[in-house]
This record gives sequence, structure tokens and C-alpha cells, in this order.
Amino acid sequence: MAVCIAVIAKENYPLYIRSVPTQNELKFHYTVHTSLDVVEEKISAVGKSIGDQRELYLGLLYPTEDYKVYGYVTNSKVKFVIVVDSSNTSLRDNEIRSMFRKLHNSFTDVMCNPFHNPGDPIQSKTFDGIVSGMMVQTA
Amino acid sequence: MECPEEKPIIYTMENKPIVTCECGDQALFTSLYTTLAQQLPREPMEWRRTYGRAPKMIHLEANFVQFKEELLPKEGNKALLTFPFLHIYWTDCCDTEAYKGSVKDDMMRWQNSLRTHGSADWVIIVVENNETKKKNKTNILPRSSIIDKIRSDFCNKQNDRCVVLSEPLKDSSRSQESWSSLLLKLRTLLLMSFTKNLGRFEDDMRTLREKRTQPGWSFCDYFMVQEELAFVFEMLQQFEDALVQYDELDALFTQYVLNFGAGDTAKWLGSFCAPVRCWNGLLLRRPIDMEKRDLIQKGEASLLDLRSYLFSRQCTLLIFLQRPWEVTQRALELLHNCVQELRLLEVSVLEGALDCWVFLSCLEVLHRIEGCCDPAQLAANCSHTVGLWAYATDKLKSLGELCGLVSEKGPTSEDLNRTVDLLAGLGDERPETVNSLQSPYKKLKEALSSVEAFERHYLLRKSPCRWASCSPDAAPVPPVHSLGSLWRRPGGGAGTALPHAPPCALTTARRQHSLRRRAKQRDSGTLERAQRLSHSGTVEFTQSTNSPSSNGTPALDLDEIHDRSPTDNSLNSTGVICKNTHLLIRRHNSSSPSETPNGASPLVMKEEAQMLTVQDVTLHPGINSIKLKAPSADPGTYTLRQLCATLGQVQFILPHVYPSVRYEVYSQEPQLTVEPLEEPLLAGLPQFVKFTLLTGHYTVKKGDALQLSNTESMPILPSATVSAKISNTAGELVGEQVLSIQSSEKVTSISLPPAAPYHSLVFQLEVLCMIPSGAERPPNERLTNGEVRHRPRSYSHPDTLMAAIDQRTLCSKHSLFCLWEVRWTEELPPSLHCLFSAHFSPLNQELSTSKPFHYSFQLERVTTLYSVKAEIVPPTGEPHCRCGLLCALEVHITRLSEAAEGELIEENKSETDGPKTTKLMYEGKNQEKLNISCIADSSSNWAVCGRSSGMVLMPLSPNATHKVQIEVMPLFAGHLPFPKIKVLKYLPHSAATAIQPDPDSCVENDSLSLLDKSLDDQADTASIRSRGSVHSVGSSSDPAVSSSHQQRALNMPRLEPFSPGQVFNHSLTQQVLVLPASDDHIMEVNAT
Repeated sequence: MAVCIAVIAKENYPLYIRSVPTQNELKFHYTVHTSLDVVEEKISAVGKSIGDQRELYLGLLYPTEDYKVYGYVTNSKVKFVIVVDSSNTSLRDNEIRSMFRKLHNSFTDVMCNPFHNPGDPIQSKTFDGIVSGMMVQTA
Repeated sequence: MECPEEKPIIYTMENKPIVTCECGDQALFTSLYTTLAQQLPREPMEWRRTYGRAPKMIHLEANFVQFKEELLPKEGNKALLTFPFLHIYWTDCCDTEAYKGSVKDDMMRWQNSLRTHGSADWVIIVVENNETKKKNKTNILPRSSIIDKIRSDFCNKQNDRCVVLSEPLKDSSRSQESWSSLLLKLRTLLLMSFTKNLGRFEDDMRTLREKRTQPGWSFCDYFMVQEELAFVFEMLQQFEDALVQYDELDALFTQYVLNFGAGDTAKWLGSFCAPVRCWNGLLLRRPIDMEKRDLIQKGEASLLDLRSYLFSRQCTLLIFLQRPWEVTQRALELLHNCVQELRLLEVSVLEGALDCWVFLSCLEVLHRIEGCCDPAQLAANCSHTVGLWAYATDKLKSLGELCGLVSEKGPTSEDLNRTVDLLAGLGDERPETVNSLQSPYKKLKEALSSVEAFERHYLLRKSPCRWASCSPDAAPVPPVHSLGSLWRRPGGGAGTALPHAPPCALTTARRQHSLRRRAKQRDSGTLERAQRLSHSGTVEFTQSTNSPSSNGTPALDLDEIHDRSPTDNSLNSTGVICKNTHLLIRRHNSSSPSETPNGASPLVMKEEAQMLTVQDVTLHPGINSIKLKAPSADPGTYTLRQLCATLGQVQFILPHVYPSVRYEVYSQEPQLTVEPLEEPLLAGLPQFVKFTLLTGHYTVKKGDALQLSNTESMPILPSATVSAKISNTAGELVGEQVLSIQSSEKVTSISLPPAAPYHSLVFQLEVLCMIPSGAERPPNERLTNGEVRHRPRSYSHPDTLMAAIDQRTLCSKHSLFCLWEVRWTEELPPSLHCLFSAHFSPLNQELSTSKPFHYSFQLERVTTLYSVKAEIVPPTGEPHCRCGLLCALEVHITRLSEAAEGELIEENKSETDGPKTTKLMYEGKNQEKLNISCIADSSSNWAVCGRSSGMVLMPLSPNATHKVQIEVMPLFAGHLPFPKIKVLKYLPHSAATAIQPDPDSCVENDSLSLLDKSLDDQADTASIRSRGSVHSVGSSSDPAVSSSHQQRALNMPRLEPFSPGQVFNHSLTQQVLVLPASDDHIMEVNAT
């Protein structure tokens, strides 16, 4: 499963980042950060063709030797990034898609909370639980 | 014309499909060759493909070579590149004499050699020249005749195989016309040949692929086969198709590597697990890297070799297809993938070697792309190349760290050593790049040579990287150190560009969205619950980690699986699978290479449950062979993973033993198999049966005996000497020893010779197989050994046809079986009279007082001569038969076999109407009194209208069929059985006198009188009499009656029934649905 899951606001600041193993947090932050360039590029490329319903799932943003980075953009330009260990061969595109869908559903629930201020970092326990379910569990 | 004498060279771009030419006059062809070779590819042809692939326009080229017998593919030779696709015979002969004299023979010889090689793709071209015509003006025949002759001699049914080319060297309209028709013909034939031969090859290839689960299958062999196909597609300029072949190979290999990770090891994968010794990167400058191809062919390629070769081919094809950007994308995928695969296969690689390989490969790909694109194009598509640049930079940096080139103090001696090792693995520079100053090889060598050079190269690399600037790995010193500073992006990126929507609008939009989402989720939620309800058992997993540092251990990745049956979606099975077993079961190296300081991964001796040790070993220079003793406590497969040599306080560890050594420990119980020497075992004859005793783990000691309980169905006969062969597992004979056998009433005891474990003892015993007794026999009655001791000897006298059996003792209610085999040297007679006679006497009396017992019986040889098939056709316009309506009964009588000898003679004698016909009589039975056979049928369900019987003339040839139609009317509704159909033999008047009267014939004399319905009254008395005589056949009790009939019979045509079994009635028990009569009938019932 995922090693890092991030939610980035439309102004490109993080709303939520979680990663395992925790000691390498900075590295994952970088990975997510750099991937935003690709996200931007992909969105602008799609925007040119007018009228078509944009696919929220952006696919593989860029692979590195150890990790694969996948992206997803909601209609309000909130970005989801999932980083997966590349040695995990059992994860197919479909699984990644369903992970994003789950994440999006949960994110929508957070946004529906009347006490949540959009733009604030996400502190919802439910969301946290959903994310933990998708991450590699450290024993 | 070239003659490819030497080993066929594979170079696909220059290759063209081979077309062989045979011609009487070499000069003729040489004059035409240039035009032909130029004109052939000028116009495209549509190539229709099999398996639903889209048709393609294809420009055909060909390599015309002299016809040689060696060019024809030999049996089993699968080469497609050297396959001659078309054979042409050129002739300019227009002289009948010359044609008959030599040309025809020459053509014949050519055709024969083609035929023996199974080649059906040929064409004969007749060249017409006016000069030759004029020269031989005197004895010339009309032009067409030569061609007609060739056509009639060689191309029966395929007139298109002979083409005329007239005045090829003139520039006339006629010449052009004939040229274009010839070219069209050649293209068509070539395409036909491609379709056929490639189709066959593809089918063979698929078959080979299907065998991939079989143990002896080798990926390398398959690779060569599929690549051959790719070569041919490339030769035909069908790059897309060629690429598909390589992609398929790629996918197949990847799947195997993944399966390896999941624990499913294919044997051939072993060679790909060889330690990496050479990391000189991809080579994309050659169209085909023959060195690597040879390695693959020999099955010696390493994983990197195979991947490099595959990619170089894919790259070549993609560049032909004008898709250079796909190359870069695939290259990045490939490099990542290779690194992963090497890790998965546990291939041992020198630290940093992969970095070198990746660096060189990246640069090689980039150079290749730069080579085929102009700079403007390159700049516009930099987004495709930047990934590779970044990756190369990344690798260069890690190499620099590894070799101490980025540290302030400069490399230590340890670092230098490592550098030297790495450089050694690069090998020599490839000849292609020796002269270029900018080759990746030179760059890497230079970069690793000194700190200054490294810095220069590194900064040079870094500049084209867009993403690399913010990638933490790429920069020598990460520019940001805290999370906060990272996210303060200059410019704000996409965020600033977005128009700010009011927060409330955003939330409402979101709410709507979420409502939709929720509805969807609810649906799936119920589904999930339903699934869970079907299996309420709980599965608990406790993962125990025994390693103290559990950081690196991945968590269990469990998944529920539901196996549902495809038809009714019911749950077949459910379970939990672990998806990442390959990560869990194999313990990870406690530290992954990238995390360790200075890159030196510490050699860890893994603790394993078992260790094979040997002590006090003296090592000699050269190859030492050391024997290790393995304790064999538990059965299973053991793999030797590491080698550790201890010398005093020093330990040498080889982290991976390659090639992997395995041994298996198994334990087998002793087994005894009994099998007959020849199948099947015949009852009643003494025969030998093979006993095979596998000792298994048991050691047969002296005095051990094998006890066989005697069964009554297969008693063991005592024999003089029985010797057992002892052989080991390899099947080598170890010894031979005589067995002593003791039999008692219940048990046969065989004392076994001593034998080691896992040996086999083979001996043969003579047994007598009995036909299993019936159930009514008392079970305690046994045919004991003692009784059979007098072995029944049977004497056979071929001349007298008599057989005798020795005496036997019988008990009460005891049945005894005797078996005879009757052999005939000549033709088997149709029937054989046998007489069984036995003399018997009670046990306590003298033999002389025995009484005789006779039993006579007859063996008949029966072959089915005719088959009768009946069908009832409902009246026209009705789906079913209806009560009271006329239906047609169609009877098909088919002769099945050739007339038997006797019958044939008889027929010939009796023939009156024409040669070779048999007259058959058929009768549709509808009434009891007409039924002269003794079968009683109380229900007469059918009324036969019109003629109920008739005569059929049957030809004597097999499968001759005759159809007869009879009108019948069902009398009742319901499922009625078919009317009875009886087929009789009709012997006409004249024949009757010639034939020896036999007692049976009289029966049918009478039935003749019943042939027609008008004679019904007469029949009554006759049928009664005939019934009597039917009974008399078996017993022949009333000779007086039959003889009186005989006298009458001789004067009349007779009907003779076939002996049982000679006529097979297909529709004997068939039924047909008959509906009740129309509705007014019911009305009538109501009225009464």
C-alpha cells in the first residue's frame, strides 16, 4: 500500500501529509512538492481541450527508482498525491484509482463538516483513519 | 545474384523476402532483374490479415536469388528470414521441340524438388521475345500453344501459376501491359505466401507458448522463435507488428519475474539470476546487438543482457515509427523496472554498479534521441527527456558519494578501490563510440577520475533538469532543511493563477458533490455487507516480528478473495491471500543499500534453521571439491543460501550462492506394484505378472519376507526358480538373486534378498487369472493352491479342432472355467459348431466308471449388413402428427459392409435384374396377424395405408442407401412407438433351386404369400404353420414338417430372414408424439 498520502490545497500548501516511515518525512515532503509541477503541467494540458469532462485522476506523475507517485485533482483544484513503493508490484492502476476515490469521499465528508474551515489543515479523525487504512502499517 | 553460402546474417533493414529464380538461360534473367527489382515495390498492395487484424497497404520488395536445393527449408527448420517465399521459373522457350526435349524435364525436376519440400508457392514465367520468334520462324507454333502446354503439364486447376511476359525489353504498350500484369501477379502470390507461411509460423509459436507451464520450457528458445517473427515483420516494414512481438516478450518475461517474487519459480529463470558482472549500459547504436542475442540464444544471458537487448530492439523499431518520445518514456520505465527486478530476483550486484549502468543507459538513450531529432524539436519536447536527465544526475550523485568524490577530504583509498572495481565492470569502450569525444562511457570514466572532473560533469548534468532543481537527491547539498521553508513556493504556482471563488459558493458546490458521492457509496456499501453476510467466520492474523528493528519489515498486505461461480454468482470459496509474501517470507536485508552510510552494506550471516558444516578442510590451489553432509530430518526442499568459511577468527561470507543449490529430502513408504507383462491379462491362461517392490526408506534385511494373500481370482502358480533384480533409483542393476517361495493355503510367502533403501526389487511370478465368480457362490469356497497344483495343460490339435483339458476336482456348487482360444488360419466360417464333452465321476469312484457329458453349441459370426432408420414425417403444414391423419413413414436402408464371400456367390447366382444387387424385402407391420415373426405385439397403433410391403433393389457397394416411403395413420394419440419394420432377404424363384435347401428357408416361403394385403385370408393358416417351423429351427424336432414345406418352397420365390444382428434397426424403440384429433371431437364428447 501507500507510503505517503498528501492533500494539497489549491494554493499549493499542504492540508494534510502523512508518511511512513516517519523518519524520512522530509524526503516525502520533497517528493510530493516536486510532483506538484507535474500536476500543474497535466492540468494545463487538459484545460486546452475545452468542453470535455476532465478526468480527476492524473495517473502516474513520475516514477523514481524506489517510489511511484500518483496524482489526483478535485474539481476545486485540491490535489491528492499518493506515493507507493515501487517494489509493490501487486498494486495496479485500478487499485490506485479506488484509493483516490476513497480519499476523495472522505475529504468531501471533512469539507461537509460545518465546523471545518476550508483551507485549514485537516484534523479529522475519520479522515485520518481512512488514510491509515491505505498506508503501509508499521508494526 | 548473391549466394548466401555462409551462415545467414541477420540484418533486417537490408533484408528482403527471398524469391528464388530458376531459369534455363541465365542471361535472360539478368537482363530483366533490374527492372523487376525496381518495379516490384512501386505500388502498394493490400495485405489482409488473419485474426481480425486490420488490412495493411504494403510495398513489397524482394531479393531475387538463384534457386538452390539448399535454400529450401529442411524439416523442422523454423527459420523464417531465410525462408524462400516464392519460387519462379523463367523460360523463354517458344519451341515445342526444345520444350519437350529439355525444358519440360528441367521444370519437372524443379517442381519435384519443390514438392518434396512441401512448397506450393511457385510461378512459371514465360518470356516472349519477338527476335526469338523470328529466328525460329519456320518451325514455330502459335504462341499460345507453349503456354497451354506448360499450363496443362504443370498448373492443373491453377492457371494463375503461369504468366506470360512479352517483349520485356521493348518500350511498347504491350510490353508495359504485360509487365504490370506480371508485377501484380507476383505481388499477389507473394502476399498469399506471406499470409500462409506466417500464419503457420504464428500457430506453431502459439503452441510453443501454451507449453510454457511444462517443465522443459525455456524462455530463451521461445524468445528466438518470436523474434524471428518480429524480424520478418520488420523486413516487411511492418514495424508496428514487429514492436508488438517484442512487447509481448517483454510482458511475458516481466510476468515470470513477478511470479518469481510470489514464489513460483520457473527453472529457466535461474540463468537470469546470475550475478551482474558487466554494467556497460544500453547499446542503441546497432540495429541488432548480435553479442547479446547470441548470449540469449545460448541461454547465458543475464537479466541486464536480456533487458538491454529487448530495449535496443524496441528502441530501433520506435525510431522507425517516428516515436522517439516514447523511447524516453519507456527507457525510464525500463531502468526503474530493471533495478526492481534485480532486487526481486536477489541478484547480487556490486555496490554502485547499477548506478553506473543506469547512468550510462540514460545518456545512451538521450544521445540516441538527439541523433534523430533536430535541436528545435528536442527543446520543444524537453518534458520527455527531463526524466532521464534527472535520473542520470541522481545516479551520478550517488556514484560520487559512493566513491568519495563529494566529500571535502577527497576519496579515501577504500573509495579508490571501489572506483577501480566499478570502472572494471564497464569493460572496454564499444567500437561504435571509440572515436566520439562525448560518449557516455568516456563521460563516466572521466567523472569518476577526480573530484574536479566530477564536479564539472555533475553541474553540467544538473542544468537541463527542471524537476531536479527541487529534488532532494539531485542537489549535492539540499537547499532546504525544514518542512516550513519547503512549502513557501516562490510564485505560488498554479494557486495564484486560479480565480478566487467565494468560500460559500465553494462549500455548496462541494455539498452537492458529496451528496452524489454518498448515494453512490451507499449502494456499494450494501453490496459489501451482503458479501460479508455470506461468510460470517472471522479470520484473525497475528503477525509476529522476530526482528528487533521492525522498521523495515513491511506489513502484511492481506486481501479477501471471493471466488464466485460465473453462472449463478454463488460463492464457491472465499479466503484471505497475502499479496506481499515475497517481501515477508524472505527477510529483507536489514538495511537497503541507499540508506547505509558510505554504501558498504554489511555482510550479515543470516541465521537459518539448518547449517551444513564441514571442518578441517584443506584448500588447494585450483578448484576444490568439498563434500557437505546434510542431515535429513524433515522432508522438504532445502536451498543453500549463503556460504561462510571460518578461518580462526576470520569469517568469509558469500551472501548469495549462485547458481542456487537445492536438495530435496523426502521419505517414501515401501510400495508394491503388480502389473501384467502384457495388457490385457487373459483369463484361464497361466501368465507372468511383474511384481515391483520399491523399498522406500526401509532397508530389507535378510529374512524379511513378502506375504501375499492368495485370492481366488488370481492364484499364484508355483514355479521352479524366480529371481529378483535389484536396481537403484537411477535404474542401474545392482544385483540379482533367487527367491524362495513358499505357498500355503492362504498365503504365499516370498523371502526377499537384502536390499538397501530406495532400491527396487523386480521379479515375475506366474499366475492364473480366473473369471470372477458369480455372487450366488458361497464365499467360503475357495480354489486353493493345492488344487491348482496340477497345472492344466491344454493340448490343441489344429487339424482335428479338438482340445482336451486334464482332470479337475469339483466341489458342490463350484463352478469351473475353461478358456479356449480358437484360431483360424484361413477365412473365418460364418458359423462354427462346437461340442463340449466331459467325463465325470464322483471322487470316490474309479476313473473308468465316469459318465460322459455332452454339450453342443454354435458360434456365429455376425456382421451388421444393413442399418434401418425410420422417420415419421407429419402431414404437410402440421408440426406434429395428428391422430387419424396420414403421415409418411420414411425408411432408409443402408448397406454397411461389403458383401461377404458366401453372400456374393449366392447373389450372383440369383441375379436376374442386373449385376450386383441384393433384393430386400421390407414390410410395414400394422396388424397382428401379418406378423409372422414370433414377437407378439398386442397394440396395433398404426394403420398402414396403401402398400405395406415392397421390394428394394440394393446395390452391393457399402453405404448404398435406399429410401422407402409408406403411408401410415396413427390410431391413437400420445407417444406412440414406431411401426415395426422388418427386413427380409428375397430369394427369387430361379435361385431357390440352385441353392442347397436349408431347414430355415421354409419359414419364409409362407410369408411370401402374405406379401400383399389381398392375400390376407390365405395367410392365416400359413402363418400358424410357419410359427411352428420357427420353433423348429432351434431344435429341429419336426423334420417331417419342414421337409414337406421344402418341397413346396423350391418352386417359389422365398423370403429369408437375416440372422440376428445382421440388420440393425435404429428406430426400434423410438417414439413419436401424436396429437389427438381436432377439436370437434371434443365437442362430440360433450354432446353425449
